[in-house]
Amino acid sequence: MDLSTKYMGLKLKNPIVPSASPLSKTVDMVKRVEDAGASAIVVYSLFEEQITHEAGELDHYMSYGTESFAEALSYFPNASEFNFGPEEYIRHINNLKAAVDIPVIGSLNGVSAGGWLKYAKQIEEAGADALELNVYYIPTNIEKDGAVIEEIYLRDLNKIKKNLKIPVAMKLSPYFSSMSNMAKKLDDAGADGLVLFNRFYQPDLDLVDLEVVPNLELSSSFEMRLPLRWIAILHGRIKASLAATTGIHTHEDVIKMLMAGADITCLCSEILANGVGRITEILKDLEKWMEEREYVSVEQMKGSMSQKSVADPAAFERANYMKALNNYKLLI
Amino acid sequence: MATRKKVTIDGNEAAAYVAHQVNEVMTIYPITPSSPMGEFSDAWSAVGKKNIWGTIPIVYEMQSEGGAAGAVHGALQAGSLTTTFTASQGLLLMIPNMYKIAGELTPTVFHVTARSLAAQALSIFGDHSDVMATRQTGFAMLCSNSVQEVMDFALISQRATLESRIPFLHFFDGFRTSHEVVKIEQLAVEDLRAMIDDTYVKEHRKRAMSPDNPFIRGTAQNPDVYFQGRETVNKFYTDCPGIAQSAMDKFFEITGRRYNLFDYYGAKDADRIIVIMGSGAETAEETIDYLNKNGEKVGMIKVRLFRPFSVSHFVNAIPKSVKSMAVLDRTKEPGSIGEPLYQDIITSLSEECPFDKMPKVIGGRYGLSSKEFTPAMVKAIYDELKKDKPKNHFTIGINDDVTNTSLDYDKNFTVDIEGMFCGLFYGLGADGTVGANKNSIKIIGEETDNYAQGYFVYDSKKSGSTTVSHLRFGKSPIKSTYLIQKSDFVACHQFNLLEKFDMLKNVKNNGVFLLNTPYNQEETLKNLPERVIKQIKEKNLNFYIIDGYAVAKNTGMGSRVNTIMQTCFFAISGVLPKDEAITKIKESIKKTYGMKGDEIVKKNYDAVDKTLENLHKIDIKTINDNNVEVPPIVSDKAPEYVKNTLAKIMEGLGDDVSVSEMPVDGTFPSATAQWEKRNIALEVPEWDPEVCIQCGKCAIICPHATIRIKAYGDKILGNAPKTFKHMKAKGKEFEEGTAYSIQVAVEDCTGCGLCVEICPAKNKKEVKRKALNMIPQIPVREQERENWNYFLEIPEFDRTKANVTTVKGSQFLQPLFEFSGACSGCGETPYVKLVSQLFGDRSIIANATGCSSIYGGNLPTTPWAKNNEGRGPAWSNSLFEDNAEFGLGMRLSIDKHNQYAKELLARLAPQVGEQIVNDILNADQTTETGIYEQRERVGILKDKLKKVDSPEAEDLMSIADYLVKKSVWIMGGDGWAYDIGYGGLDHVLASGKNVNILVLDTEVYSNTGGQMSKSTMLGAVAKFAASGKPVGKKDLGMMAMNYGHVYVAKVAMGANDTQTLRAFLEAESYDGPSIIIAYSHCIAHGINMSKALENQKAAVDSAHWVLFRYDPRNAAQGKNPLKLDSGAARIKFQDYAYMETRYKMLTKSDPKHAADLMKLAQEAVDEKWNLYDRLSKEDKN
Repeated sequence: MDLSTKYMGLKLKNPIVPSASPLSKTVDMVKRVEDAGASAIVVYSLFEEQITHEAGELDHYMSYGTESFAEALSYFPNASEFNFGPEEYIRHINNLKAAVDIPVIGSLNGVSAGGWLKYAKQIEEAGADALELNVYYIPTNIEKDGAVIEEIYLRDLNKIKKNLKIPVAMKLSPYFSSMSNMAKKLDDAGADGLVLFNRFYQPDLDLVDLEVVPNLELSSSFEMRLPLRWIAILHGRIKASLAATTGIHTHEDVIKMLMAGADITCLCSEILANGVGRITEILKDLEKWMEEREYVSVEQMKGSMSQKSVADPAAFERANYMKALNNYKLLI
Repeated sequence: MATRKKVTIDGNEAAAYVAHQVNEVMTIYPITPSSPMGEFSDAWSAVGKKNIWGTIPIVYEMQSEGGAAGAVHGALQAGSLTTTFTASQGLLLMIPNMYKIAGELTPTVFHVTARSLAAQALSIFGDHSDVMATRQTGFAMLCSNSVQEVMDFALISQRATLESRIPFLHFFDGFRTSHEVVKIEQLAVEDLRAMIDDTYVKEHRKRAMSPDNPFIRGTAQNPDVYFQGRETVNKFYTDCPGIAQSAMDKFFEITGRRYNLFDYYGAKDADRIIVIMGSGAETAEETIDYLNKNGEKVGMIKVRLFRPFSVSHFVNAIPKSVKSMAVLDRTKEPGSIGEPLYQDIITSLSEECPFDKMPKVIGGRYGLSSKEFTPAMVKAIYDELKKDKPKNHFTIGINDDVTNTSLDYDKNFTVDIEGMFCGLFYGLGADGTVGANKNSIKIIGEETDNYAQGYFVYDSKKSGSTTVSHLRFGKSPIKSTYLIQKSDFVACHQFNLLEKFDMLKNVKNNGVFLLNTPYNQEETLKNLPERVIKQIKEKNLNFYIIDGYAVAKNTGMGSRVNTIMQTCFFAISGVLPKDEAITKIKESIKKTYGMKGDEIVKKNYDAVDKTLENLHKIDIKTINDNNVEVPPIVSDKAPEYVKNTLAKIMEGLGDDVSVSEMPVDGTFPSATAQWEKRNIALEVPEWDPEVCIQCGKCAIICPHATIRIKAYGDKILGNAPKTFKHMKAKGKEFEEGTAYSIQVAVEDCTGCGLCVEICPAKNKKEVKRKALNMIPQIPVREQERENWNYFLEIPEFDRTKANVTTVKGSQFLQPLFEFSGACSGCGETPYVKLVSQLFGDRSIIANATGCSSIYGGNLPTTPWAKNNEGRGPAWSNSLFEDNAEFGLGMRLSIDKHNQYAKELLARLAPQVGEQIVNDILNADQTTETGIYEQRERVGILKDKLKKVDSPEAEDLMSIADYLVKKSVWIMGGDGWAYDIGYGGLDHVLASGKNVNILVLDTEVYSNTGGQMSKSTMLGAVAKFAASGKPVGKKDLGMMAMNYGHVYVAKVAMGANDTQTLRAFLEAESYDGPSIIIAYSHCIAHGINMSKALENQKAAVDSAHWVLFRYDPRNAAQGKNPLKLDSGAARIKFQDYAYMETRYKMLTKSDPKHAADLMKLAQEAVDEKWNLYDRLSKEDKN
């Protein structure tokens, strides 16, 4: 049974890759993830805003109230050098590379090309095997044209591709007017992989305190339908590898994604909820399922139910919507 | 020859630079203005800086100066080279050990920033009162006059002490020298090495205590030999001056700088000289040069080694031509024949007079508490010496219109130094003006051939404080140790300061005026005070403006205009070529902010680049006169003393206050802060009655008592101003027709926003709007001033009817602590204010030195107020270390008065009537009503007493008020309660006496700038715990509970205001000692002060700050006295801790260590919670 797959030129022993999450915060945990069978790891994201914010915050609070009152011209000791952001992250990538054999994929989350480029280079130099770029951009400005938003993605990718040797994946939002066209543009711009999709954490409203509160809910299998559709549509039409993320909880979810055309499947919620052991279980179940149905390799399955490969390509399009609605009515 | 760097540093750094390199152990305790010496040393040791023997000195913070001196003594006895740094009362606390150290002939150098002593008042500023109080200890005393000398003498004294075995006190003037930043030549390590003879170091070690060579030292001696033993040291003292001189000679060989025990400066054939020690000598030198150039023959003797006083060296230094001399002392010794230096000079001349005819010698006092000492004053002294009968025991620099000691001087006399540039910069503490100027001095001092000097004047408020920077640059060394009197350049970094200071008064003709303005050019000219326009035109000033705020905002600098205004200064002043200056500024930005990350550097670079394009020169011909008048400093309604005297201090003209205007015993009227309308808030809260639920939380949390609540009969509203807001009072307790108003004193508000944060009521249509919302202050200032004045006229709520057990009810009580100068958003003052509301009309307060004594009692005004009946808290600050005892003394006195009054009352029953006597003696005073009724009874008693003609009746009349319950409150911070004052506090707790102790616990020394206390939490970074405090916090509450008879509460108003209120009421009602430990968020935590209540909640939610009340009355009833008011942890300790810079900064400098400490901290928190939980559940039956 050959579970191996290729993702952005990286030869992986199977398609299970834990996505960027707190799972990769410690070397020990990543070792456990490796031991459980994961074929690579996407390291938690380095947040550009966090770096900027923390530096600004420390400067502000260390200087706040200083040189104002004769008895207390400062409130903190003269510290030695402070490390903001990348140093710790870069050191972590370095440590991970030394500790595990599986490929280590760095992850950058931000919106500004300038800051990204510097950090991306440092991640590459630290030994990361690939880089995932996560443009976590919520276009709230009603004056801003969709094309401008697309340009942000393309600009960032372009700059980084020019300066990096390791493969670069782009983690995308599903909210492009023309998802497939955007995927093609990124493909043309040299993206080595597309990660579908970014799961935007949606805030909630607290009715007691009347406040907007951040709310992190783990995903459910249902949520995989959105990436499933788009992976199925894109498979075979672009050069870039496809990574499926969001809502993958079982071996069946993995299989569906592979059949739709994903090169790897990224798990997060399932492991956070039920432990690292789930990787081993899912791999075992995957193998068993393939054996029972006489699949010999992941490559064989990959894209077998993509839009190009299914008998009814319209099922991924508007026709499917009509059908679904009709069925729903029948159930009432 | 060693290569020596030119550095621009202050006196503290200069002393610490040497001390750190020639010592092995440093035990210190923070006290202004010496604290930075210990802080520099600690920082250097923390980064591994070694001494000249290649080892890193240990720097150790003690619990008091007494402790520091004890530890020095111990370390010396055990053979280490040891030092300490201190000032003022701190030095006094070291005196007992100084006798020991000297008596045992132990070499050490104490570096002292000479500071005033607390007498009629505390002062943090410089004079020689403290060092003069130690002249009898046996320490040698060496005085530095300038920052260069501080570095030089720190080394000379170290060499001399080692050789002579006489301990040295090396002192220099607090603030004027300790804080003056100036360009000096830094001694090289080779210089230090060459000056220290290791033979003496080894001898010192050899004399140390060692079990390998045992002996005893510190014996008790009897009348038979003590005297002889005391005389054994004579030879050492006789030899000491020679050794000190030889150290100076050696220093000259090494560095080329010549010093002598007594240095003469001036005309060789001077007829008049002055004798002086300290920074004043620099000013005198400058003046002497000027006067001698103008035909006079004057000179001075600088006294370097004051103890042991070498008569022969002194008399040899005096030119034989001298006819008269003035001896200047920067201290006061009331009741003496003259001050110490004067007496020594007189004695010297009488013992070894080198003259055929004794010259006239007069003594005078100058410069107490950093009072300015200017060339004009020096000239006045020389002029006085010309007289046949010059005034002896004179004062200079003040107007003594009571005993007429003062000499007149010509205030317009100045000494112009050729080629010296003088610049004055007026700014706010918050805008970074001082930091930028220190930076400019460094650039000019270290990057050019110029000499540079900077001195900074701060005000005594902690919020909205103003700063004035005095910068001098020139081609020759700068000797001007006084504030700038004529400036070439004036910068105003804050537009509204134009109203507060007459800053163009002393600018030279054709000088430069740079103004940071929030307006465009047209609006700026429209808003300039007429006084300023007049001065610009009359003096033909080069006038530049910039909207620095806009530049700061656009470049992400927030409200800090420091870099922007610094760039303007360099662009205009021409001190350096513009491009070169910009490059240097950027290099310096990189140096200053580099360690804080690239983003910060980039922001500052942007600010520099954007500045030049926004800087505009105004053609002064285009400026039209306007009628903008500077408003009066205080209202015309203010009391006379406020208008005539305190207003001068508010205006910065305190130097003009005469002796007769000052109280003789340090007593000032209370309720004066209300007249000091500071208008410092950019935004103030606006009340929205539509949304308000009348909970009172905004008022209880307001740190400055600027949000007030009244409920009153609505009939009076007919006279209300149109914009005065009110609503119907909610609640069954109010009669029909009761109106309710919340009014903000917008001119006193600091704009902290805590009221908005705590407000629980949200607008149903737009939840971001609450019952209080911040709005710009200026547009509503006039209207709200009128509303506030109207509000004050509304009768106060009847105290006897307020339900003080609820937050809502308690906030109808008038605060008798208002408008303090505490930091905006202060975490301490809400507790202090609550005491004033609940018990203020009957309380006596003992306040430990610290933040609370400064915002409570620093002139010009006091926030302690009084009610309409004229009652209010009686407040006093004694010292730092003795506050608990001070308060206990008050209690004892009150109890005695009460007891004696009761005795007299019983004796006078036949005359005043049995009924009133019985009623008074048996009164229940446990409630507001009970106290009110007792006051009424005492009033009746007094009326009756007036009619009784007997000494006993008169006696009772003088103490009758003590028949009404008095509440003693002992307040202070954790530095006092946990550290320096703990011994006394413990004793007072043990006493069983009815006192209430309020510990305003910020977990750090706040007033002196963030040093670790025993309350500092494990893992928190503080000065002297730069790598995070490695050990746990002292559990003061648990220690107090151990007594069993002490009421103990731990509170955090931001987390639970009702529990806080209950604790205060219970503590006060308990007839025994009570202690309340109050979580006080603080600027020293590095937090967002407007959101600090979240920090308080998190402290409680993490179980770091367990809320509890321990009431011995419950134990007496067989119940568990401990009641926990907060639950088990709901969040991890780190979730709380990392909201605060004090914890978080370590994660950025040493993440691994931070993580280790955090783990230990969590364990400590868990352990403590388990203990409290278990104790609270114990069945006492």
